[in-house]
Amino acid sequence: MELLVAAAVGLMTAVGIYLVLRQRTFPVILGLTFLSYAVNIFIFAAGRLAVNMPPIIKDGASYTDPLPQALVLTAIVISFGMTAVIVIMSLGAYLEAGNDKVDETAP
Amino acid sequence: MSHWIIAPVVLPALMAALMVIALRRNLFLQRVASVASILALNAIAIALFWSATTHGPEAYFLGNWPAPFGIILVLDRLSALMVLLLTTLALPVLLYAAGSGWDAKGAHFHPLLQFLLMGIAGAFLTGDAFNLFVFFEVLLIASYGLMIHGGGRDRTRAGIQYIAFNLVGSSLFLIALATVYSVTGTLNMADLAQKLPLLPQGDTALIRTAAILLILVFAIKGALVPLQFWLPGTYANAPGAIAAMFAVMTKVGAYATIRFGTLIFPTTLPATGTMIADLILPAALITLIVGAIGILGATTLPRLVAFAAIASMGTAFTAIAGFTPQSTSAALYYILHSTLATAALFLIADLVTRRRTDASLTAQPPIAGSGLIAALFMAGAVAIAGMPPLSGFIGKLLILQATRDQAPLIWTTILMASFLMILGLARAGSVLFWKSHATAGTPAPHPTEPLAIAATCALLAALAALTVFAGPVTHWLDATAAGLYDPAPYIASTQLYEDR
Repeated sequence: MELLVAAAVGLMTAVGIYLVLRQRTFPVILGLTFLSYAVNIFIFAAGRLAVNMPPIIKDGASYTDPLPQALVLTAIVISFGMTAVIVIMSLGAYLEAGNDKVDETAP
Repeated sequence: MSHWIIAPVVLPALMAALMVIALRRNLFLQRVASVASILALNAIAIALFWSATTHGPEAYFLGNWPAPFGIILVLDRLSALMVLLLTTLALPVLLYAAGSGWDAKGAHFHPLLQFLLMGIAGAFLTGDAFNLFVFFEVLLIASYGLMIHGGGRDRTRAGIQYIAFNLVGSSLFLIALATVYSVTGTLNMADLAQKLPLLPQGDTALIRTAAILLILVFAIKGALVPLQFWLPGTYANAPGAIAAMFAVMTKVGAYATIRFGTLIFPTTLPATGTMIADLILPAALITLIVGAIGILGATTLPRLVAFAAIASMGTAFTAIAGFTPQSTSAALYYILHSTLATAALFLIADLVTRRRTDASLTAQPPIAGSGLIAALFMAGAVAIAGMPPLSGFIGKLLILQATRDQAPLIWTTILMASFLMILGLARAGSVLFWKSHATAGTPAPHPTEPLAIAATCALLAALAALTVFAGPVTHWLDATAAGLYDPAPYIASTQLYEDR
């Protein structure tokens, strides 16, 4: 399981970085989304991987760390909002400039 | 427990919501509410400043949860100073935006400005590393909206680059925080300061990685080379008043570096040692040179000022990298100065560009009110280049004094860069204001905008005050820097693990 999670985080980060370096806004946004997915799973792993354990302390029962789950919720909400912002901005830039290049210099 | 500590966060949030919901259609009432809010924030900042000076660090427990289980805000001398700097800058910028009509060029200028103030004030006050991330996002999302205020093709495109850059930065920040949490099990800054020295040897590699990631994130915010690429495009394309407000945003990166470098990763920590200082110093010196060369090579006035902002961040980080009480005190003085000077210069650049057909540094017919604006530009250029008699000179002198032991490298770089800056600014000034008289044509009429001019003068007057009162200010900053290197009172104020 550790290997699977680590590979998923690494692969998604690699895909994210590759896409962020693309020239057009749509792949860049996809890349940012992949990066945020990788980060979210990474934060989860920061609380140690545990299967079938509740994030609640009960006498005698083992539990998983609840704080990373709270952190990851915050991170998901923020990255979701930020992605919405950049999608709208890219759409605005596309409609105004007529193309979706990220880095076109002004004529 | 003083509830006023959270006021700089809550008040702008409430005012922004009020403006969006109730005053959406009435720009005049929005202006009144915005000025009232910032005046109140100024009063609160002065009260907090006074409290931090006389009573020392004080923590505010959100929801009254004990630290480190709940989030805390901590008011100490450094955060009080930064909040005061923020509110001092916000008032002239707001008056300028109203006086020049920038706030009428698009919807929601004032609410976004309030949200920006909320995010920056929160970032200065928080005592929790994850909460710092959240406030970074608050200030960033407000800055995205402000950056594209007024719209336009180039501005929107620069905005996308700015957002993409910062989203990658946010991802790095989260990775760093998750790494710190996985090793220490806490994100409270005071708790981290206590737990990191006790770490087993095997975990130090992870902490070093996290420290470097954190410094990378703060370097993005502070526009350190090689992470400065977002700044010239963003600041040069942002509306003038907003670019002036952004002058304090780079200082959030400088503040976070000082806070983390003294409280959490001090040079005495075996895991990191002087690693952070060793990384920052070369980057800062190159930043300074890149900024100075950028001033020489800039083709438009706003880009020139943006590179001046980069050069000033280079100077500030050179002092920060010393990590001694003396160099930190010098860095803080320079941060105060460079925030006000950069903001003033952005406002002056905006005064000039709006009176011309374009922003390029070429000779064009003289602008309306050329004499007064040229004098303002002269004063702003003297301040940012660090020439006497304004505070930039004192700031650079303090930094040179604090870096005596590395004089050959640091002094040469700072003095050479200052020379290049003087050269670039003088060239820009002569092209803009002197050569214009040799071109044919008459000044295009333009409203005099007394409020905008007065706001610019107010910033320059603040610089003059910083010069005149340099003695008491440096005395106060020395005590602040000494407090940063003796974090026991800060940690004690957070009452970690105590049942209150």
